Amino acid sequence: MATTSRADPRPLSPHLQIWRFHITMAASITHRITGTALYFGSFLITAWIVALATNAEWYSVIESVISAWYGQVILFLWAVAVLYHFANGIRHLLWDGPHIGFDPKTASTVSVFIYLFAVFGAAAIFAATTLL
Amino acid sequence: MSSHDFITPAKMARGLGSAKSGTETHIRQRVSAIALIFLVPWFVYSIINAMSGDIVDAQVWAAKPWNAILLILTAGAAFFHMRIGMQVVIEDYIAKTGTKSALLILNSFACIALFVTVALSVLKIWIGAGV
Repeated sequence: MATTSRADPRPLSPHLQIWRFHITMAASITHRITGTALYFGSFLITAWIVALATNAEWYSVIESVISAWYGQVILFLWAVAVLYHFANGIRHLLWDGPHIGFDPKTASTVSVFIYLFAVFGAAAIFAATTLL
Repeated sequence: MSSHDFITPAKMARGLGSAKSGTETHIRQRVSAIALIFLVPWFVYSIINAMSGDIVDAQVWAAKPWNAILLILTAGAAFFHMRIGMQVVIEDYIAKTGTKSALLILNSFACIALFVTVALSVLKIWIGAGV
């Protein structure tokens, strides 16, 4: 694909704006977005563990970030992303392995449930801990 | 075709499809996902507890052998899983070969570097505690 014009004008896959919105499509996109967010979130967790192993001053800086409002927001969004990616990941495994939950009705219902699980689960974790 | 008489048509076509390869990546992503089903709940629970106390509490927690082992296992499975996930995202959205290759290499380096960093940090805490 060195040139801009395609030598073989095969049909292209329809793009985002052509698809009608559907909850399963949103769930799929959210899986990718949360996965990417967790990728960069792991940099922060790594920083925490490095500080824990090396330097008490850095650790107290990280502690103050965690207890600040923006740290709390990041932690909450991290919890939402973890729970979402976790639940939807299990769904992917059930789809790929035993082919459970593949029919459209079930897939749509489970999508809604996973969103609710992620948000309320993260809220429950925050309510249960003294981190706030 | 005379020089290829012993090569079957399937052999000629194999590996030339649009995907070229990927089955092993697909399987690896799912195997690491299965490991993470067990590791992530432990990790989320533990890390929140560890962050709630002060640095000494967190170090005592990380120095316990089971916690140190599970931390390194979680890091291994997570960074392995992350690397494949980001690889797929890069392959899907970056069309330019040069940029794509550079990002794929950067992704591999980042995930491996993060794993080594976490593993060494945990080992340092564990050995430092003298358990």
